[in-house]
Amino acid sequence: MAILEVNNIEKHFESTQVIKDVSFSLEKGNALAIIGRSGSGKTTLLRCLNFLETPNKGTISVNGEILFDAENKVKITDQELRKKRLHFGMVFQSFNLFPQYTALENVTLAGKLLAKERPDYKQNKKKIIEEIDQNGIELLDQMGLSERAGHYPHQLSGGQQQRVAIARALALKPDILCFDEPTSALDPELTGEVLKVIRSLAEKKTTMIIVTHEMDFARDVADQIIFMDEGYIVEQGTPAQVIDNPTQERTRQFLSRP
Amino acid sequence: MFWTVTGALANGLATTFEIFILTLVFALPLGLLLAFGTMSKCKPLKVLLQVFIWIIRGTPLMLQLIIIFYGPGLWLGKNIWGGNEAGRITATVVAFAINYACYFSVIFKGGIEGVPVGQREAGEVLGMTKSQIFFKVTLLQMVKRVVPPMSNEIITLVKDTSLARIIAAYELTFAGASFMKSAGLIWPLFYTGVFYLLFIGILTLLFGYIEKKLDYFR
Repeated sequence: MAILEVNNIEKHFESTQVIKDVSFSLEKGNALAIIGRSGSGKTTLLRCLNFLETPNKGTISVNGEILFDAENKVKITDQELRKKRLHFGMVFQSFNLFPQYTALENVTLAGKLLAKERPDYKQNKKKIIEEIDQNGIELLDQMGLSERAGHYPHQLSGGQQQRVAIARALALKPDILCFDEPTSALDPELTGEVLKVIRSLAEKKTTMIIVTHEMDFARDVADQIIFMDEGYIVEQGTPAQVIDNPTQERTRQFLSRP
Repeated sequence: MFWTVTGALANGLATTFEIFILTLVFALPLGLLLAFGTMSKCKPLKVLLQVFIWIIRGTPLMLQLIIIFYGPGLWLGKNIWGGNEAGRITATVVAFAINYACYFSVIFKGGIEGVPVGQREAGEVLGMTKSQIFFKVTLLQMVKRVVPPMSNEIITLVKDTSLARIIAAYELTFAGASFMKSAGLIWPLFYTGVFYLLFIGILTLLFGYIEKKLDYFR
């Protein structure tokens, strides 16, 4: 069974329809790359999955559980919404690290706040905090940043900041990790270190959705590609199908641009 | 004579300080409320508050003070403030708190809106509650943005307290100027200036310290 199923999602802002009848599914351990022009609805789709936007139509299910159904008008509580969100991790284009916290604190903050809701928090406080810190240190180590744990975001390069942001998203162990153009805000010479980290996550079979403009990277890393244009999914399939042998004229046009 | 003047100025300073502190105590929370109000989704409330802030910022504080102190007596036929010194100080604090709350609200609004939306969104996708996002993520960033313009306003407030003289509240400037009339002395006026300079000097050091404390992040 697919870990993620998205059915007939639509989203409009005022009168502009940004996403039109989008459906796809994703298998556990697979990486999905969403490609397309700016304004094709890729980022909005990702934001819908993370509950930063509310779709006007459609359903979103994770592990067979329906997380979102536009037909269901019952207002969910803040508590429920937060729980649903935690199925997804999000890495933003502009990192959005918290400037007043060190790299390690950025990674551990949410985990520590969540731990307070655990029933055994009071008794095992010290042990829980230690575990969260340990996990944070390991994650930064994985990102090649163990020496930067005590640095504040403004003391880090863009590539380092984005790797901290990836560690922060991984710290809560989401089912699906989403990347919104993770290298678009970086200087060209810094994209490599971030792509390398994402590649290593793919090798570890992390379930991921990556919105990207890096076509070679998408072909290498993704198991599945979606090409979007004007809010529609024009074509989806393996990289060999979509990138190397596109069947749609619009896909060919997009891929052949300079 | 020097000690007489010093004693009188110390008395005046006490009143100045009282107006200053009480204005801050009321104007800071009121300013925050006004800031939230002007960012409200309720259009009529927003417009109403914007007009109010326009009126308060668009007219002299001295005029507002005169209206607030003498207005009730003229309209209601009775002086609600009482004729004594305490009444005059209360009226001053009311006028000042309203006036400064309006200026503060604009600064707070800028501070709140100056924190990028991405900060809130990052907190949301990490499963934080709204209050956690406010207290753990955005608040300190707002404070950092708000400290420099606030220090300007607060320093202005110290000097604006001298306006209370217009309703005969015995504050620092009144105290200094009284020797000009009674004894024909000019030097107590300069001495009064020294009091203000010391007061503001201490505030400047304090704000410098706070800004420095918040300098560890950007």
